[in-house]
Amino acid sequence: MLEVVLRSLGVLAAFLVLPLVVGQTEHKVMAHMQGRLGPMYAGGFHGWAQLVADGVKFVQKEDITPRAADRWVFKLAPAVALVPYLVALAVIPLSATVVAADVGAGVLFVLAASAVGILGLLMAGWSSANKYALLGGMRAAAQLLSYELPLVLSVASVALAAGTVSLTGIADAWHPLWLVWQLPGALVFLIAAVAELQRPPFDMPVADSEIVMGPFTEYTGLRFAFFLLSEYAGIVVMSLLFAVLFLGGWRGPFSGVLGPVWTLLKGALISVLIIWLRVSWPRLREDQLQRLAWLVLVPLALAQLALTAGWVVLSSP
Amino acid sequence: MSPYLTVGGVVLAGVLLFVAAMGVRRVLAPRAPTAAKLTTYECGVDPVGEGWAQTNVRYFLYAFLYVVFAVDAVYLFPWATVIRSPDLGPASLAEMGIFIGVLLVGLAHAARRGLLRWV
Repeated sequence: MLEVVLRSLGVLAAFLVLPLVVGQTEHKVMAHMQGRLGPMYAGGFHGWAQLVADGVKFVQKEDITPRAADRWVFKLAPAVALVPYLVALAVIPLSATVVAADVGAGVLFVLAASAVGILGLLMAGWSSANKYALLGGMRAAAQLLSYELPLVLSVASVALAAGTVSLTGIADAWHPLWLVWQLPGALVFLIAAVAELQRPPFDMPVADSEIVMGPFTEYTGLRFAFFLLSEYAGIVVMSLLFAVLFLGGWRGPFSGVLGPVWTLLKGALISVLIIWLRVSWPRLREDQLQRLAWLVLVPLALAQLALTAGWVVLSSP
Repeated sequence: MSPYLTVGGVVLAGVLLFVAAMGVRRVLAPRAPTAAKLTTYECGVDPVGEGWAQTNVRYFLYAFLYVVFAVDAVYLFPWATVIRSPDLGPASLAEMGIFIGVLLVGLAHAARRGLLRWV
């Protein structure tokens, strides 16, 4: 019982720290890519406490539920968007032994858990009784469904290559040659993950210059902050998942001792890449987005699947 | 110990996090609702009609397409665990090829009929 409590608290601590680290990294990386400083005041050293200050500010903001809104659905939506990423984080291994809950079918569990977050967006979009929110919710639903598919297919390719659906098993079976063999699948996964997170260039659901803030238009204060937090938690989950599936997780020099460090470093690299994409690419149009998913990513993922399965069958005795 | 027990603990921790955060907000945040403040936001002007707007029916087509392929994706994961067995490997590869091939024909048909074009 104590062990369950300690493990849960460990996951909660990681969940509260890692997204803030990613958020601060985004502040600074974006600022320097755009030739400016970013927040420099809060906390003294290079504005490290800016996000903590933001959190304190959000807590003190008035929480407004519009009169026309579906009250309970509206109020619960932020929790439904946030908690699934916490659960997904619990089963991602940092090394063969450092994992909060080593479930057997970890790959399926992560995909299923992180897909629940979509419901939170839909709930927010529908319950707000706001036209922008409704449009944003529809866009979010269509986008997340379309990109779920290439994501699942590329993960299935890795599972085929490893011959197991356990996350620790996949990282154990990983070989440096996978960097070439699984490269198309890795690219598909990365693009689909950015789209699942609704990060630029795939941020049509919250496109602020078109539909204000999409499903989050009516939200204020802490509930709004929870949606933002869920976005950064999503970056953490997807980056670590990429590191474990495609980059060998804890493989590296002295992996016996430094295993978790390697996983976190590889995940951090992917996080920076996701931030970089935001700075470099303009937003896609809604129809271009759907075409990219169905006519480029899905066929590419299926081709990767054929390549993986063919090679596995040919090479096994 | 079952790892799913820990998963349950983590879900509980998430719920507690939300409840605790909302409790803190209740204590710290002001509450002064006015009629104007509670109106639906439409860029500052009075809202026109209800929140229900016309949206493109096209969005549902993606849901249909997704359901078709999601069924296929579900079968891929158990396949991963048996593909290396000598008596199932080549046969299952051929069967999966036919299965996914049929779905691909469906996708190609949808694309040819203009389902993936916006206007």
